[in-house]
Amino acid sequence: MEVSSEKFKQNVAAAVEDENLKGAMGKLTGALRPNRARAVSNLPEFDRLRDHGIAIKMHTLDHLDQYLLQFEENVIANGGHVHWCADEDSARQTILELCRRHKVRHVTKGKSMVTEELGLNDFLNSHGILPLETDLGEYIIQLRGESPSHIIAPATHLQRDDIAQTFREAHQHLDPDRPMDTAESLTEEARQALREKYGAADAGITGANFLIAETGSTIIVTNEGNGDLTQTMTDVHIVVASLEKILPTMDDAGVMLRLLARSATGQDMSVYTTMSSGPRRPGDLDGPEHFHVVLVDNGRSRMLAGSEREMLRCIRCSACLNHCPVYAAIGGHAYGWVYSGPMGKVMTPSLAGLEQTKDLPNASSFCGKCQEVCPMRIPLPKLMRNLRVKQTEASMTPLKQRFFLSLWSYLAARPAMYRLVTGLVTGTMRALARGRPVLRHLPLMKGWTDSRDLIVPEAGGTFFARYRKRQKGDGHE
Amino acid sequence: MATNKDQPVVGLFVTCLVDAMRPSVGMAAVKLLEAAGCKVVVPENQTCCGQPAWNSGDVNAARAAARPFLDAFDDCDHIVVPSGSCGGMLAHHLTELFADSDDSHAHKKAAEIAAKTSELTAFLHDVMEISTLPGRFAGRIAYHDSCSSLREMQVKDQPRALLRQIGADVVDLDKADTCCGFGGTFAVKFGDISGAMVDDKAEDIAAKSPDLVLAGDLGCLMNIAGRLSRRGSDLEVRHVAEVLAGEMQAQPIGAGNKG
Repeated sequence: MEVSSEKFKQNVAAAVEDENLKGAMGKLTGALRPNRARAVSNLPEFDRLRDHGIAIKMHTLDHLDQYLLQFEENVIANGGHVHWCADEDSARQTILELCRRHKVRHVTKGKSMVTEELGLNDFLNSHGILPLETDLGEYIIQLRGESPSHIIAPATHLQRDDIAQTFREAHQHLDPDRPMDTAESLTEEARQALREKYGAADAGITGANFLIAETGSTIIVTNEGNGDLTQTMTDVHIVVASLEKILPTMDDAGVMLRLLARSATGQDMSVYTTMSSGPRRPGDLDGPEHFHVVLVDNGRSRMLAGSEREMLRCIRCSACLNHCPVYAAIGGHAYGWVYSGPMGKVMTPSLAGLEQTKDLPNASSFCGKCQEVCPMRIPLPKLMRNLRVKQTEASMTPLKQRFFLSLWSYLAARPAMYRLVTGLVTGTMRALARGRPVLRHLPLMKGWTDSRDLIVPEAGGTFFARYRKRQKGDGHE
Repeated sequence: MATNKDQPVVGLFVTCLVDAMRPSVGMAAVKLLEAAGCKVVVPENQTCCGQPAWNSGDVNAARAAARPFLDAFDDCDHIVVPSGSCGGMLAHHLTELFADSDDSHAHKKAAEIAAKTSELTAFLHDVMEISTLPGRFAGRIAYHDSCSSLREMQVKDQPRALLRQIGADVVDLDKADTCCGFGGTFAVKFGDISGAMVDDKAEDIAAKSPDLVLAGDLGCLMNIAGRLSRRGSDLEVRHVAEVLAGEMQAQPIGAGNKG
């Protein structure tokens, strides 16, 4: 998918005015945040489980090559194939060749963020292969021609009426007067529409939440069961997964699954946890004839060697998005790529480069809520700050900012001069205010005064001026 | 270093915002620390902790700004800050700032500073176990926790306990642990996001109909008071130190401040 994060500021300006989006974002505070809080408080060992999960991830990242090779060996032993893809081009070509080799025309798809990264749907479409998203949220946004606004709830920017409207336009063979005012009726309609397609598909493409080295298995979790149907009702199952999804053992996956669902939706476990270990074996009741795993690097090796390494612990639970006040204010599309929220502010610059994504790591108040709720305790504010340091080192920061900071640090290093300037600035602000308690406009502070008043410094001089007076004994307290 | 358990020497780090915008908070902090039995000093060689540059990713500017600070509090048993955010900078980030520098002296000094830094209300409550506060306030208070106080300085119950000591009724906001949108330069660089966040906070506060809005960080207070003022609200906003110290002569932040 094309990165449009350079339009971040324009996107934000539109998003904060979007009342419909604001309504849709109510889901975060109304459901996702309290649900997670409840699930976590119901599990006294949650924090120890986190420590355990983090240890597993750190160990795995330290031995990533080894576990990936072990995974490949076991996939092959199970009768499947592994395809190593360094970048998005090679991943897309590999998937296209697999589709051609197996004479695939219709593809059903389980939700997969890495295929969004690859822009796979558009690519397959342009080569005459027709993908159909089967996750409810993905299905909705596919019908609307949109990209996901959330890593696990892709249509989270929409309200029920938007979805009803989309279905009315898409399902014109149905009774136009049918009731569509409940989540159940909409879900049922999507279910019927999708049911017909699973059996007709020539291949099923899914992502993977985890890859298990010791068994060569891939794991996906869903709440709709669409992943199972996608991969069992076709002859060809193609799993697309990025490198960092690997875990050493099935026991490790047990730890991660317990953390994942609680952090994501506040469930103890997702409704469906589906493990795929190769193609159908003799005697199996169902399963695909062919099993392929497309392993995508697309920048992960670079991250592994760099200062964003800790980001590779991410298990895509979305807790950081759900709890982020910036995400809640602007929604996922404003970020301009597949990943949004705090994890997106680190992932997108790491994978797509800083040049076209330079606003992303800066658009944070560093409130730290993301790190607090992250099951992997990824230090997201620190990683964003690292990216800001990189921008400074590459002279990518705005001239105004550099000028201000060098002037300010020059003064801050010289206390006497600093006091003098503080006195001048506060005096000027008071003069500009002409007796009023606040300033409603200040040219250099437009970002501030556009949405709130600027407080005028208190009368009576700066603290140091007053304190000196008091020390001399002529202050009146 | 002077160590006297009965009368510890406390260096007040005033913070640049309090110095310039709300000196009453600094004077109130001095009064509170003295009431708690401390010998208060305010080293002249302090300006800013370097946080604006540190958070902007400008390590060199942050180091330059923070350098005079490193030796300024040598003679103090404690450094006390009427701000969770600047407190967090001293207690956590100053050591990171100097970690990769060639200046091992600076790194050592930063670690010393980190070890003896406390946020004001936490210091009064946890370290000095203050029992007699100068202030008195028998009204309903909406208390806003700054993110740094909450997550970097573990300050949550302390200001509430102190406020209850002086007779106040503290109500919690519905989204008490959500950022008000200040974030330093973030509020200016991304004014529309920050504006949406602080509007949310103002709504949450207004819904509680408090007599007084308090926080322990002047950045958040300027942001919240600025938004309340823009919305036409007449809610009074102050720093917690002013109320605890009984120093409420100054007009509330952003209201009727005619001097």
